[in-house]
Amino acid sequence: MLSDIDKILQKLTPIFCDVLDDDSLTITQGTTAEDIDGWDSLAHIRLVVSIEKAFNVRFSAAEISGLENVGAMAALILKKQA
Amino acid sequence: MTNIYEELSWLPPAPADFPQRLARAITGQDLAQLATYSLDDNQLRRLSKKLDELKKSDRYAASLRDVTLGIVSNATTQLVAPALKGSALRFGLALEVVQTEFNQIAQIAYSGQDTFSSQAMDVVLISIDHQGLPFVQCPGDSSNASNQLQDCLQYLMTLADALHRKSNAHILLQNFAPLSENLSGSFERRLTGTWSWLLHNLNRELDLLNRSYITVVDIAGLAANVGLANWHDPTLWHIGKLSFAQRFNPVYGDWIARIVAARLGRSRRCLILDLDNTLWGGVIGDDGLEGIKIGQGDPTGEAHLALQRTALDLRDRGIVLAVSSKNEDATARSPFREHPDMLLREDHIAVFQANWSDKASNIRAIATTLSLGLESMVFVDDNPAERLQVRQALPEVAVPELPDDPALFSRTLIAAGYFESASFSEEDRKRATFYQDNAMRAAILNQSVDLESYLKSLAMEITFSPFNEVGIQRITQLISKSNQFNLTTKRYSEAEVTRLMGDPGYFTLQIRLKDTLGDNGMISVVICKLGSETWEIDTWLMSCRVLGRRVEEAALAHISQYAKAAGANKMKGCYVPTSRNALVKNHYKNLGFVQVAGDVGTESWELDLTQYRCASLPMKISDSRKSSK
Repeated sequence: MLSDIDKILQKLTPIFCDVLDDDSLTITQGTTAEDIDGWDSLAHIRLVVSIEKAFNVRFSAAEISGLENVGAMAALILKKQA
Repeated sequence: MTNIYEELSWLPPAPADFPQRLARAITGQDLAQLATYSLDDNQLRRLSKKLDELKKSDRYAASLRDVTLGIVSNATTQLVAPALKGSALRFGLALEVVQTEFNQIAQIAYSGQDTFSSQAMDVVLISIDHQGLPFVQCPGDSSNASNQLQDCLQYLMTLADALHRKSNAHILLQNFAPLSENLSGSFERRLTGTWSWLLHNLNRELDLLNRSYITVVDIAGLAANVGLANWHDPTLWHIGKLSFAQRFNPVYGDWIARIVAARLGRSRRCLILDLDNTLWGGVIGDDGLEGIKIGQGDPTGEAHLALQRTALDLRDRGIVLAVSSKNEDATARSPFREHPDMLLREDHIAVFQANWSDKASNIRAIATTLSLGLESMVFVDDNPAERLQVRQALPEVAVPELPDDPALFSRTLIAAGYFESASFSEEDRKRATFYQDNAMRAAILNQSVDLESYLKSLAMEITFSPFNEVGIQRITQLISKSNQFNLTTKRYSEAEVTRLMGDPGYFTLQIRLKDTLGDNGMISVVICKLGSETWEIDTWLMSCRVLGRRVEEAALAHISQYAKAAGANKMKGCYVPTSRNALVKNHYKNLGFVQVAGDVGTESWELDLTQYRCASLPMKISDSRKSSK
């Protein structure tokens, strides 16, 4: 059985691939912006906007700038969906 | 509920194998083809990256028109640029986007040495939102408010003038999306010195603007369409200085690209309509004249009537109407002739194709009859299978996706922006009639025994005049829009045309043609550069609706007469091939010119005036240079 976080991670992967234009990308909870080529501050905004659309959630400015890694992102999505 | 603008609902949804097809793309045409789908921001970005890659490869054929666009903004434009590039492909344009450093507006406007505006650019987009205006609210203080309004306007004009002067580019100037929330509610706009008052009045000033090198982009209109509270996204402004919500990038890109395309003469010119369940509800062949739904009193009938209204309104703007229907001809025509509630009548339709051939063949026939290219056509059909067949067979034709509800047909057709235009002239107003007359001429031609007697029966009257004030708008329009019968495809702005008008070093010519069936209006423009020995033809273009009428011969006879009188003994012309002007490949040869060596990419031709004799022409000739003396 996949955990809820894993399910979100699974759904996040194609979004990351699409936004960062790299179909071979793999992400884990520990992945940070430093680990991925092209994940700069502008790509971060595009990522967030794409995630908001896919999960039908909305992030605040503080949340967007405070996310440390993919795990934190997934946890936040989970919390918003609850 | 999806928003038609956010989703670009008139475009078919992106195919599931979009990434694979993108990976396989090798030509500019492949990319233009992929751009005809409704793509989201990420897909547009991938498309624009692919364009950059292909441009570097040697297999990239220059089937796209290269355009360089600069952006000046007070906001972050890096996220918008790829959407602009991706959307421009939809119009066959390979856009190069030049951006400034963040918020370098003042430097550009006031300093002489910025790197940005000294680059060669075709278009500069001034994309400033209300946050970039020099304005501080002063509710109720009228004199301060009107001073600030003038300051804001002056600021934009200074910037536009400076950019135009340095880069010689055409300027696209955005107007301003109003704010979504107002402190005093409905009263806000009337209260001088508020944001609402300022933006309303500033937009009005921009509406009244009359500078030929500025086109105002109606961002206020776009923002209103998607909803102001959606357009403005305070979170994204605070976090990344984005002017508007990122999800509207695709429609913004399309909105800008269609204006750039329109300025290059790439707007659509002909609307082809299906009949059953498109122009009326039901099937005329099955339901009969009494059974079809059209007209007031029935919601379905009214919905279809609204589409007819739109078609007629387009016709008033110079769009030619045609019909393509799978029907018996007489059956298909009966509602146009006999149904009292039909708005569209037979004489509104330039070409009527009702038969059992496939729609693509019919559309091709319509294009041929009207001498218009397929890229000028829009085809509207409620049937998804027909739409698919036409899209596959004729990718140049625009075929909007239609929702199931006919009440939304008209909105979808208009929202697609196929008929974007940057100006409107008297000729536009009459154009639909021209094409109709032309279709009638084609009918006469079928009856005439030979071409000469046909031309004689038309009793043509041709008028030659130099460029003049009255003609400038139409001359500029022909120069910016003619693609097929255009030897050099040089584009001149209204200001440049005005300059040529007064330049003694040039011989300018506007040609009008009348015949028994109607006035064709101004149909040809020629510009010659004068030399003591040789007159050099800089520009020669003609509207395709007068092809085969010997207008070219008459023009040459006219010019040569003046060239000889001025002491010249030679005329020189060149043909610069583009993807669209193969029609005139043999133009100079047919006129008796001899090919000579020339530059790469052009074919040069010369005519010895001492040997030149003009044949007699089947038309009456008037020359305003003579009559005004």
